[in-house]
This record gives sequence, C-alpha cells and structure tokens, in this order.
Amino acid sequence: MYRYDEFDATFVAERVKQFRGQVERRLAGELNEDEFRPLRLQNGLYLQLHAYMLRIAVPYGVLSSKQLRKLAFIARRYDKGFGHFTTRQNIQFNWPELVDIPDVLDHLASVEMHAIQTSGNCIRNVTADHFAGVAPDEIEDPRIWAEIIRQWSTLHPEFAFLPRKFKIAVTGASHDRAAVKFHDIGLKMVKNEAGEIGFEVIVGGGMGRTPYVGPTIREFLPKQHLLSYLEAVLRVYNLLGRRDNLYKARIKILVSATGVPEFSRLVEEEWARIKDGALTLPAEEVARIERYFQPPQYEKLPAISPELEGAKVSDASFARWLKANTHPHKVDGYSIVTISLKPDGGAPGDASADQMDLIADLADEYSGKELRVTHHQNLVLPNVRKQDLYALWQRLAAVRLAQPNVGLLTDIIACPGLDYCNLANARSIPIAQRLSRRFNDFQRLEEIGDLRLNISGCINACGHHHAGNIGILGVDKQGEEFYQITLGGSSKDDSSIGKIVGPAFAIDQVADAVETIVNVYLEKRTSNDERFLETYRRVGIDPFKEKLYGNSQARRPAAE
Amino acid sequence: MAILKHGALQPNDWLTVADDAALPEGKPAVVSLDRWLKERETLLGRNAPLGVRLKSDQSPMTIAEDLERIALIVLEFPKFTDGRGYSHARALRQRLGYKGELRAVGNVLRDQYLFMDRCGIDSIEIADDANVAGYLESLGEFSIWYQPAADQRPTVRALRAAKQVEPTGGSAVVRESVAASWAY
Repeated sequence: MYRYDEFDATFVAERVKQFRGQVERRLAGELNEDEFRPLRLQNGLYLQLHAYMLRIAVPYGVLSSKQLRKLAFIARRYDKGFGHFTTRQNIQFNWPELVDIPDVLDHLASVEMHAIQTSGNCIRNVTADHFAGVAPDEIEDPRIWAEIIRQWSTLHPEFAFLPRKFKIAVTGASHDRAAVKFHDIGLKMVKNEAGEIGFEVIVGGGMGRTPYVGPTIREFLPKQHLLSYLEAVLRVYNLLGRRDNLYKARIKILVSATGVPEFSRLVEEEWARIKDGALTLPAEEVARIERYFQPPQYEKLPAISPELEGAKVSDASFARWLKANTHPHKVDGYSIVTISLKPDGGAPGDASADQMDLIADLADEYSGKELRVTHHQNLVLPNVRKQDLYALWQRLAAVRLAQPNVGLLTDIIACPGLDYCNLANARSIPIAQRLSRRFNDFQRLEEIGDLRLNISGCINACGHHHAGNIGILGVDKQGEEFYQITLGGSSKDDSSIGKIVGPAFAIDQVADAVETIVNVYLEKRTSNDERFLETYRRVGIDPFKEKLYGNSQARRPAAE
Repeated sequence: MAILKHGALQPNDWLTVADDAALPEGKPAVVSLDRWLKERETLLGRNAPLGVRLKSDQSPMTIAEDLERIALIVLEFPKFTDGRGYSHARALRQRLGYKGELRAVGNVLRDQYLFMDRCGIDSIEIADDANVAGYLESLGEFSIWYQPAADQRPTVRALRAAKQVEPTGGSAVVRESVAASWAY
C-alpha cells in the first residue's frame, strides 16, 4: 500500500498544526461557530445532533492492521468504544470532544492518516474498487490512479470552494464494484482497439434528491492526461455550476442542464489548453507510485485446497459463510474474504474497538496485514490462503463476526439517520435492525439470494437508497417517521435508479412490506438463478404494488 | 479598508469609482466591468492607471484584449464559499498571461489567503482592524504543494525528483510465516 514519504509526513503534520491553531482560536472565542464552520468542515469535523462527528479518510478504502488498531485506540479513548464505517469507505466517530480533535489528528498522523477533505464543498476522499489489486477481472490496479488523484486534489487551491461537494471513484475491473456511474466523476479503466489502457470518463452521476446515472463524456482518455482532464472538468464546474440553490449545485445538474454534448465540448476546449502542461504524468512518476502497490509474494498453491474442500463438506455453517463471504482471487489458492459488519440486530457498518483490534490481528495472521473498507460498509481481508479459511472462519465465528450475509438481504447499507444526523427526517438504524431480525434465517436468506437493500434517513441519500434493489427512504409526515420504498435500483454495471412503489409505510409496517416484496419475487421468479433485480425488470412494478396495497390504489401516493 | 500585499500592509492608491461618478483627474481609478465595456475607448485614452472590477460571475475573458492597459484587476468574493474567483485568477495569470496586480475583495478570510496566493492573487483587501499577523502566518502554514498552480512554489513531484524518493518497505510473503514483514 501507499506509504508516506518525508514530504507527505511533513504536510500532514503541518495540517494538524494548522487545525490545532484553528481549534484554539475557536475555543478562545476568536472565531465564532459560523467562522469556524468552513475550517472544521475541511477537516472532516461536523456538528451533529448531540456532538461533533469526526470523519476520517481511508483513501480508496485501503487500511493496514496498524491503522485499524489506531482507530480502535481512538474509539476507546475519545469515543464511546466504537466507530462507524461509511459508504465512502471512511470511518466516523460520533462522540469526540472538540478540544481533543487535534490530539486525535496527531494520533492519526502517526499512522499516516488524516481527515482532510472528508467534508466541505471540495474534492472528497477518492474511492475505488474494494477488491483492487486482487480481483481476477481487473485490467489495471485502480489504487495507483486513486493515489495520484488523492495527491493532486489535496488542498487544491482552485477547487476548495466548489459549488458543492465532489466525489470521484475509480475502477480498474470489468465488473463495477465502485458504483462509478453514481459519482460526480467515475473513472473506468478500459482497453482501446490498439490495446492501450486508459479511462472511460463518466461525469454527473449521483444520488441525492435528483438521482442520475452518469453519462460518459469521453470514451477513452490516455492515462498520462488524467489530471489535466480532471482539472478541466473541475474548472468548468467551478465556473458554471449553480451556486444559487444548494439542491441544484452538484455537477449532475450542470451536465443535465447543459446537455452532454455541450458539456463535453466545454471540457474538451479547456482541456486542449492545458493538456500538455505541468499536469501531464510522466511514466516514471506513475511507475514510482505503482511500486507502492506491488503485489505481495504469493505462495505457489494449488487452485483447490483439500483442507477447504473437507471442511466445506463437514461443516454446513462454514459452507454457507464460504459461499456468501468469500470471492475469487486472481491468484490460485487464495481467496478474498469479506467480514460482514451487519450482525443480527446491529447497526450497519458499526465496529467496536475490540472487534477492530481482533480484525487487525486476523489481518496480520491471515492477510498480509492489509484490509479494505467497502462502500457496502464491510471490511475485507484481501489475501487469505484457501487452506486457512476454515481456521479464520472459526476465529470470526467465536466473536460473532461470521455473519454469512454478504450481498444478501441483510447486508444492508444504511446512513446514520436521525439517531445522529441533523439532516435526517427519520431514523435508519432501527429499520436496519428490524429487518436483520426479521430475516435472520440464513437458509431463507440464501434462498432469496442476491439482493441489495439500502436505507437513507433523508433525501440526501447517504444510504444510497436509489441504488438499492429495494430502497427505503425515511420521510417526515407531520412529525412522524414514514418510509417510502423504491424498487429496481442498482449501482453495478447495469446501473439504474429505483422507482417508488407507492405510498410510504409507518415504521411498524416496513418489515412486513419488505417481506411482501420478497414473497412476490419468490413467487414470480422463473428459477432460483433469476436474481431479484432480473425478476423485477421482467415483471415490472405492478405485481409488487398489488400485493402491497391490494385494490386500495385509490389512496393518494404520499410524500413523493 | 486596508490592503495587504507582498507580506505587508500597503497604502491603497486606488479609488473605486461608482458607475455614474466622474473619474478623478490623473489618479488611479477602478471601474466596474460594465462601465469598462461601455466607455472602453474613453477610458483607454485616459492618462492615469486603470483598474477593472469583476463580479464573481463575470469572466475575465471579456477584457482579454486590454490586459496590457489594465494595471489592477479586482476580483470580488461576495461570500467566502464562492470559489469562482480562484479560477478567474488562474485564467488571468496562466491562460492570459496577465502581469498586473490582481486583488481579492469581499469576504476574504485569513484561511483563504494561501489559496488565493497560490492562484496568482497578489493583494487582498481586509478590514482595518483585521489580524494582519494572522493573515501573514497563514501563508507560512504549509511547505508541501501537491499540484502546480499559478505560483512559483515547487510541487512535491519536483522535490521528490530532486531527492529521488523511492517507495519504502516493499512486498513480503503472504502468510509464509506469521512474522512476515509487510509494507507496514
């Protein structure tokens, strides 16, 4: 993984010192909250319902065991003993005291971490495929490019006050695991006819109250021009993006209002002016960054492990976990393991300090000291020998971290909701908890199969409900929490935005409604292999509507 | 209001003239872009330094032809959150090659000064009782620059090239032994 050199270390230390000064000015009353706000936001510090919330960047989701132990330490010492992994592959602490934040940042800096640009209207922490470097379907490792973008965007002087926040995602694989079409800029590595590798550039996707699947504005961008092209896109956006209406300020609105051909023309025109300037990436610089991401020296192992095959047969619980939580690795004899942070009745993405320490130990023992955070709010051990899987599973099961539900209905994505967030209209976590209890029969979950369920506590859509096969959106109706359900969203290669199925449900009706939806799917699917999304696309929304609302269609749809 | 330029408070020699007011005889004057566009010929014939003031939604491309005659361009930052001025500044310096003074006015906070400086803005207008030391301190808070801009500061890429920094650590054997040393 990337390691700080003396320059990175100096920079982060300077940043902490600067923020320490800003906090001192705030505490001394030299800055009022309004003046302090933009400063703290550029350092990932939000003021929430009950306390400050600190969001720490995990660049493109790559984490070392040493870093995870430090996060556990921070959770214990400065928070209430847990942290919350987010849909941007970051981690949030919900209870730190303002006076402690500079010390927390010092601790983070000691393990090469920071909270820079995890909030504010700037270029946010860049995300990437959580299986980067180990996926069999990869054209090129996106971490190299994500790191190059991270450095370029760090305290970029021109783009610190954009019309709105700006999120970039990179994938180097043929299957999109980074939701690139739902980002302000999505970059997908592709091969052109000449066999060269470059980027397909997608601009203007997004969630929020106006969801868009992003259009491609350039089919092939040669790699050395990545930064000049990004700078051209950002400059066009900085100058032309709307600043009069918070809800229309994202680049997706600009792209949609300008039209894709005209927007691309503007970008290309700007790019032509700067394309061969100082931002051109020399091959040596790319190679230098690439060396940080050298694959580990894998052992020569047989593709099939007899130990694993034996355990699979003798232990059905293990076999179930193996099926849901492990993924093919590019090297024979290895597996990618996802540790589900979606326990029965738990808050999605939460991990206790003890769990973090234990997972760090497992990463040391089984996965070369490296982990990943997924945008599905789980953790990944990217390099596990197949022959070790059974032992690893036993260790996880002993501490109830072997929930075999990755990619299944209870692998729920949820925002923190009204329990923490001052933007939320409704709580998200209790819905996730109810659903995970309702669907806690693993045999049934397996039978239902691939199903992504996402929950957002408000229209800002931090839980990506638009992209859930089943999406749940909290709305406020005269002071009461209601939940609107959408069907058919997807953030994968077949990206689509979910459609509202009908009037919203009261909190006590949500689990029943999801159950009804699942039953309609099970009844309508042609075989066990037809996924929920496929069935939905084949039969449409009507059979679900009918079962949910019967003939009471006269009821006015609420809270559109 | 005070003018902070090149590390020190400077007297403000410029008079900002309202669109319907007469220009001061033989003295430096700043006019709005609207007035500039309307009275360009007359203004160009004037025998005193000229400045033009741009709102954040006004592109400097409209005065591209006349930059050699303009001694001061004033960029408005109506709110600190309005970041268009940064792009205007870089366009003026890097695309149009403007060599005159570039000044930021409006909601110019201490913690933005460095960004402005990097984008080629060389003077800022601040309140008379502003903490000048604080503004100056903010320019020195960093020594590492991750991207080229309109300033002369060396980027980290140049520093690394000079020092030939190479990745440290290196790869290791996965699970050959529990003690295998990884990049971390």
